[in-house]
Amino acid sequence: MRQEYLTVKSISGPLFYVQKTKDISYGEIAQIKLPSEELRLGQVLEVNKDVVLLQLFAGTSGANLNNSRVKFLGEGLKLPVSEDIQGRIFDGMGNPIDDAGQVIADKKLDIDGRPINPYSRSYPEEFIQTGISAIDAMNTLVRGQKLPIFSGSGLPHNRIAAQIARQAKVKGGKDDFCVIFAAMGITFEEAQYFISDFRKTGAIERAVLYLNLADDPAIERLATPKIALTAAEYLAFEKDYHVVVIMTNMTNYAEALREVSAARKEIPGRRGYPGYMYTDLATIYERAGKIKGKKGSITQIPILTMPNDDKTHPIPDLTGYITEGQIIVSRELEHNGIYPPVDVLPSLSRLKQKGIGEGKTREDHSAVTSQLFAAYAKGKQAKELAVILGEAALSDVDKKFSAFADKYEKEYVSQEEYEGRSIEESLDLAWELLKMLPKEELKRVKEEQIKKYMK
Amino acid sequence: MSSKKQEKGAITRIAGPVVGATGLKGVKMNEVVRVGKERLIGEVVELNEDNVSIQVYEETAGIKPGEPVEALGEPLSVSLGPGVIGSIYDGIQRPLDLVKEETGDFISRGVDIPALDVDKKWEFSSEIKKGDKVSTGTIVGAVPETVIIKHKVMVPPGISGRVEKISSGKYTVEDEIAVIKDDSGKKHSIKMAQRWPVRKKRPYGKKSPPEEPLISGQRVIDTFFPIAKGGTASIPGPFGSGKTVVQQQLAKWADADIIIYIGCGERGNEMTDVLTEFPELEDPHTGEPLMKRTVLIANTSNMPVAAREASIYTGTTIAEYFRDMGYKVALMADSTSRWAEALREMSGRLEEMPGEEGYPAYLASRVAEFYERGGRVKCLGGNREGSLSIIGAVSPPGGDLSDPMVKNTLRVVKVFWALDDDLASQRHFPAIHWLRSYSLYKDNIKDYMEKEIADNFMEIRDAAVSLLQKEESLEEIVRLVGVESLSSADRQVLDSAKMIREDFFQQHAFDPAETFTPIKQQYRMLNSIMLFYDKMIKEIEKGTDFEDVSVEGVREKIAKMKYIEAENLKEFDKLDEEIKKEITKSAGENTQKSGKDKEVKEETTKKSGKKSKPKEETKKIEDLEKEKRQKKVTDKIKKKKKNVDKVKEAEENSDSKTGNKKS
Repeated sequence: MRQEYLTVKSISGPLFYVQKTKDISYGEIAQIKLPSEELRLGQVLEVNKDVVLLQLFAGTSGANLNNSRVKFLGEGLKLPVSEDIQGRIFDGMGNPIDDAGQVIADKKLDIDGRPINPYSRSYPEEFIQTGISAIDAMNTLVRGQKLPIFSGSGLPHNRIAAQIARQAKVKGGKDDFCVIFAAMGITFEEAQYFISDFRKTGAIERAVLYLNLADDPAIERLATPKIALTAAEYLAFEKDYHVVVIMTNMTNYAEALREVSAARKEIPGRRGYPGYMYTDLATIYERAGKIKGKKGSITQIPILTMPNDDKTHPIPDLTGYITEGQIIVSRELEHNGIYPPVDVLPSLSRLKQKGIGEGKTREDHSAVTSQLFAAYAKGKQAKELAVILGEAALSDVDKKFSAFADKYEKEYVSQEEYEGRSIEESLDLAWELLKMLPKEELKRVKEEQIKKYMK
Repeated sequence: MSSKKQEKGAITRIAGPVVGATGLKGVKMNEVVRVGKERLIGEVVELNEDNVSIQVYEETAGIKPGEPVEALGEPLSVSLGPGVIGSIYDGIQRPLDLVKEETGDFISRGVDIPALDVDKKWEFSSEIKKGDKVSTGTIVGAVPETVIIKHKVMVPPGISGRVEKISSGKYTVEDEIAVIKDDSGKKHSIKMAQRWPVRKKRPYGKKSPPEEPLISGQRVIDTFFPIAKGGTASIPGPFGSGKTVVQQQLAKWADADIIIYIGCGERGNEMTDVLTEFPELEDPHTGEPLMKRTVLIANTSNMPVAAREASIYTGTTIAEYFRDMGYKVALMADSTSRWAEALREMSGRLEEMPGEEGYPAYLASRVAEFYERGGRVKCLGGNREGSLSIIGAVSPPGGDLSDPMVKNTLRVVKVFWALDDDLASQRHFPAIHWLRSYSLYKDNIKDYMEKEIADNFMEIRDAAVSLLQKEESLEEIVRLVGVESLSSADRQVLDSAKMIREDFFQQHAFDPAETFTPIKQQYRMLNSIMLFYDKMIKEIEKGTDFEDVSVEGVREKIAKMKYIEAENLKEFDKLDEEIKKEITKSAGENTQKSGKDKEVKEETTKKSGKKSKPKEETKKIEDLEKEKRQKKVTDKIKKKKKNVDKVKEAEENSDSKTGNKKS
């Protein structure tokens, strides 16, 4: 029987100071029994000789100093896992909420995980076809990549994420992805959208959902992505699944991080976020990847809403420094009625180069998309010029580019929510669009390619 | 090291990577300690009476107060000797390949693996004999470490005297290869491996200013913003602007003997990329795999933060060791911002008073200290010269160059490669901005360039820079009134600047045909572009209109000159001839047939009319035209301003309307 402490010295925000403690380890989990007999979980943030600082996941309201009882459990937070977690729905702390009972655990894993040895990693280079041209052709996703969606409030990032989850497949392969969905502080409706979409397409059979909704305790959000990724690591590296982890919304996660940091009275970094936020986010994002000699992989698609659509805000900024590119959703395109409103120019996939080309997609992929980027950028410049000087001031060539940019947005970026384009279709469409431009302007594609593909 | 008395104490406090302990009497600052039952590696960073603060290089979860702490009597040090090249180490020099064998694909704690393989036997051949007088740094012999690197075994710092015993043969790094008797009669055993504390710079003879460029085959860097061997450079840029690609390009192609690549708090996959690619890529200077001259230090962003702070020093010390052998070493640190953040985090946990943006107040001096470890030096113990060039990436939050880390770095480095987000999103790579970057080594290496490459190298480079500068100011006007309103000469400036940007600056890092451009070829390329410009300007001065010269064939050849093979530089002679001939020809033809295409703009007709007229008259007309043009420009600007005002007005109106609605 473990000792119960009745020695809570002070409570502030989500934090508990317990004194006269003995033999407590850093990072340990504690169970707190409130005066109302309600049980809550907390984690040790700091240990001194006989004082412990605890962070309560569900907050401290209802706790008092005299008869809150603290019992330390002697280990960190562990998640029971087995292959049967697929098709199940859990809360943000990993407890089942779908009436199907407890998971019969194959193993219990520490949710903090351990860093993958860089020497053991295998470089991600297998193309994933999402069926979305703006991603497949322009900003290619590969297996084992972490590619976030940078969005703004009110933009259709959830629909894009659901579409990716629905359509993602490896070229030539069958649907072999297992989707793990981690919700942090999103609304019931948003969560319901994903659940019903997964149900409709049958994807729920191979999905695992961890839901921390907007009215769930904010501090619990700090555990949710770790729990989801622990499950992902188990399925990917022990059971050979290819896992896609969708995490939404990382902005809420960062807010929770700030809340705890402020309660601890730590010196704040930029905009009040703690100085260690980079490291903290990295311990989440870096859990994507592939390991030499193992069949499975973890691909991450974190979603975050940029406060005020500002890419330089610390949350998207630090994320961008860790992830391997970003898909940027644009409000302007959304207003022009384009779905998915992906702004391809500032978007980027760092792993594109090694995931495309002959044998992976098609040999003309790199050249033709590079031409699209250049032509679209030029077209947009021409359009800007036209706004200032008037349409008439454009040269004939510029007019063609301007028309190209419009058509590119309307016919290439834009597509139906349930339309999956194969990569060949995306590339063929690219050549079709490039016909609009004078041939001598196509400097990034080779003569032979024009002959072969521009029909 | 001989006084290894091991003090023992006990843990009193744990807060993340900072652990407090008591009972460690006589422990020194920066001494290495083993923490807890799992014997995690840590370093003493604060002493306060009996309380010791320790920064721990591994995850501290599960550690309890009361667990033992043991001081090892030695500051944080690295092992230096044969076997370092080609390794991948973590931040405190544990070989990650062996860590994998021991603990599997995920990194565990408390691993104790020696940095150098102690069982491997190396072929040592002595270069001195019994009775020779030696001192710090004297080379006693050499070991062929890789095909290209001869590892020189040096007398460790602080030892001098006469050689008592030395013999060639097969030895491990721990075997005695020589004995040196110093003046007091004390005998020192010399092994191939030596240890050196990472936070202390290794001694050298004399520093001198760098004179030779570090050639990397990157056109915008070598020709425009060169770094010298022994120099320091910094690449700040927002995410996605290509810092890592530039760093990796330098690591691949720089003409240094040894490359130290520190992945400091960056992506795991990037280290994997280097690890898989380098053994396959061929060094253009020696033809051997790049890995045979490379040492990797990897502390990825999810590895313990304290080791991130150490990784920079570990890498620098290894680099200095090779510099002392007389090699030209280049060190890349990607990214120094993560190192600064690690300093900040540790400082916060130690409850130090913060400076700017929460960074510790000593950030500036740490940064300066780090870069100052670079340089071109005369080595101790012989007549040889080594150099250490340091290239640090900086990742400022939001790309903001007023970030403390950027400011502190720019105060000490001599080269600044400014990466630009706009260029990156237009896929102009490397996205180094030509007007905001600078290199202060331009003058240092001027003599070298003019002697080795071409005597007008700097002249041409400077001419190109002023062309680009001019483009910038012209762009402003074009944005307002369109390109047609510019004079022919100005249009040629725009045209040639564009050529420099597209055909010279842009370089495809992943295209094997152009990932590396030899410096001689770089010169020829720029020379041809500038020749094209000069030739055109000459024709324009003669009265030809910019639009009347059509030399598409030549332009195409200029665009393709980057694909000319390094052995065939003679092709540039042909190209230059063609440029001269074609431009004269085309200009000549057009002057004759001018006036033909009448339906073009009124303006063009006027211009072409002037061509057949004598020079003086032309000049008058030109002046007149100039005036007209200027008037047109001002008119247009006025008009545009009006438009803007209108828009503003409209906006204001609508604002007030909505305001009304609200009220």
